[in-house]
Amino acid sequence: MMRRALPLLIGALALLYPLLVSGSAVYQRLGALVLLSAIGASAWNLIGGYAGQVSVGHAVFFGAGAYAALAGYAQFGMPPIAGAPIGVGVAILVAALIGVPTLRLSGHYFSMATIAVAELVRVLVTNWEWLGGAQGISGPAIPRTVLDLSFTSAVPYYYIFLAVLVSILFMTWRIEKSRMGFYLRAIKDSERAARSLGVAAGRYKLYAYMLSAGLTAVAGALYAIMFGFVDPESGCGILISVKMLIMAALGGAGLLFGPLVGALILVPLEEISNSLLGGKGAGLTFVVYGAIIVVIARFLPSGLLALFTGLRSPRKPSATEPSHAA
Amino acid sequence: MSSILLQVIVSGLLIGAVYALFSSGLTLIWGMMNVINFAHGDFVMLAMYTAFLVWTAFGGGPAASVPIAAVVLATIGVLSYFLLVRHIMRGPMLAQIMGTFGLALLLRYSAFWYFGANFKTLPDTLLGPPFVFGSIRVDAPRLLAGTIGLIVTLSLHLILTRTALGSRMLAVSEDATAAQLMGIRPEHMQAAAWALAAGATGIAGALIATFFYTSPTVGETLAIVAFVTVAFGGFGSVPGALLAGLLIGVIEAVSAFMIGPVYKDVIVYTLFVLVLWTRPQGLMGKA
Repeated sequence: MMRRALPLLIGALALLYPLLVSGSAVYQRLGALVLLSAIGASAWNLIGGYAGQVSVGHAVFFGAGAYAALAGYAQFGMPPIAGAPIGVGVAILVAALIGVPTLRLSGHYFSMATIAVAELVRVLVTNWEWLGGAQGISGPAIPRTVLDLSFTSAVPYYYIFLAVLVSILFMTWRIEKSRMGFYLRAIKDSERAARSLGVAAGRYKLYAYMLSAGLTAVAGALYAIMFGFVDPESGCGILISVKMLIMAALGGAGLLFGPLVGALILVPLEEISNSLLGGKGAGLTFVVYGAIIVVIARFLPSGLLALFTGLRSPRKPSATEPSHAA
Repeated sequence: MSSILLQVIVSGLLIGAVYALFSSGLTLIWGMMNVINFAHGDFVMLAMYTAFLVWTAFGGGPAASVPIAAVVLATIGVLSYFLLVRHIMRGPMLAQIMGTFGLALLLRYSAFWYFGANFKTLPDTLLGPPFVFGSIRVDAPRLLAGTIGLIVTLSLHLILTRTALGSRMLAVSEDATAAQLMGIRPEHMQAAAWALAAGATGIAGALIATFFYTSPTVGETLAIVAFVTVAFGGFGSVPGALLAGLLIGVIEAVSAFMIGPVYKDVIVYTLFVLVLWTRPQGLMGKA
């Protein structure tokens, strides 16, 4: 009974949320932002969580989506949503270009390479006048048609983001249950063992990376459509990459709902403490944010959901264990 | 023309020595325990504020601020090791990234909250007039920073390769259990590595503060330089960091001079990606 009722209850809550907080535009907006962050973090989860390849450069793909949406408007007067598929295509192409050489690197090497590539892209975009350079580019100031998807209320965005997130989670769930899902988890546990059993590890990592990149571009395009503005920092900055990673890791990387749980905690934390503390205490928000991340990394290294699924990481034997040191 | 180019190369080498110094801390931690310290840039930032406080509190120049920053940062390094890193290094790699990145945010925004977002600079005249060697002119702070950077990086290398402490640290990084059986305490050696790495970072930060603006987010900029230097030179290799630091310094300076200042980062990052592509372990790293 409980097992049936709980998902239904959560689903109903997600559908009705904007009505439940209909009095407060702030909370409606917050709901949309949580979903948007969850989309990005869930996209990251495919390569970073399931395949265990910790990318710290997903801002490249986020930026591809965001810039494609707005550059299409700024240069050709297209509605931002029409630029989104171009952004997804560019992101997948770039992922293939980056992935072929860097996915050969293991562990931290891959992470460092993705940071460097993302910084390279950020610097290039900053100096690329066609994309607005350091000033960035804006979307349509007033909606010309409904196709511009420019609304003053956050509610339409909430439902668009909810639909996208549900599709991504459904796709992830299907992959999780498929042959590819097993391959990716095998690669995460031990790439060498997976290869010795005949898994084409390189190919599957690349597939996961390209899929993850394309979905991250969707998140970027949706961001650009909602905010109507992107500059090198908000599109390709390292903080974008790190936030995706931290949300997924906080909730539980490699778990279907991990990124959503992470977003449900971190986004309200950031928004609410920003508004409570105002401009003056802006620094304090991130002090708290940082402290919470540190505490979770220290005490719950496999993420919050690991508490419920019993998936706590087995402790690696280490000579620094106090019990050995006696 | 050639004397201008020589001038450019010399200033590139001087800044490169500083890059080498603050990158060697990052590479040392990686070599010792396979942890990337994402808070590394913020350690540099704290050292820069320490130098700034030393100057505002009692007008002390680098002679006072360099040792003080080294001690302060070494203490912060050891504290970070015992309170955080020691625990997260047993966890998955994601938890390590999360933990040190959380520390970075904590330090960065504590500085933001306490010191404000304004850029602070030490007076140009702190160290006297520029030095002139023939046709080459070098600002005193940069000459001092470059020279000390080179000396400290080389000393760090000598400590690691020529002293008993260095051998013990190497033993722990190769096989902590075996080292323990030989009567070496892995925790002590790892704490020592954090003290050395953060202390060297402290020296670097205090030196950088003499010619670069100090702000809460300056660490972010510097950390990326350090990551590129470390990956370029080879993870875990101090001589690699020295070589890569000097190379990057010169390449930056020459490309800024020949092509234009905005493209120097493009050149450096492109070169870095090419190196990763062809030689992922870096110039001097172990495969």
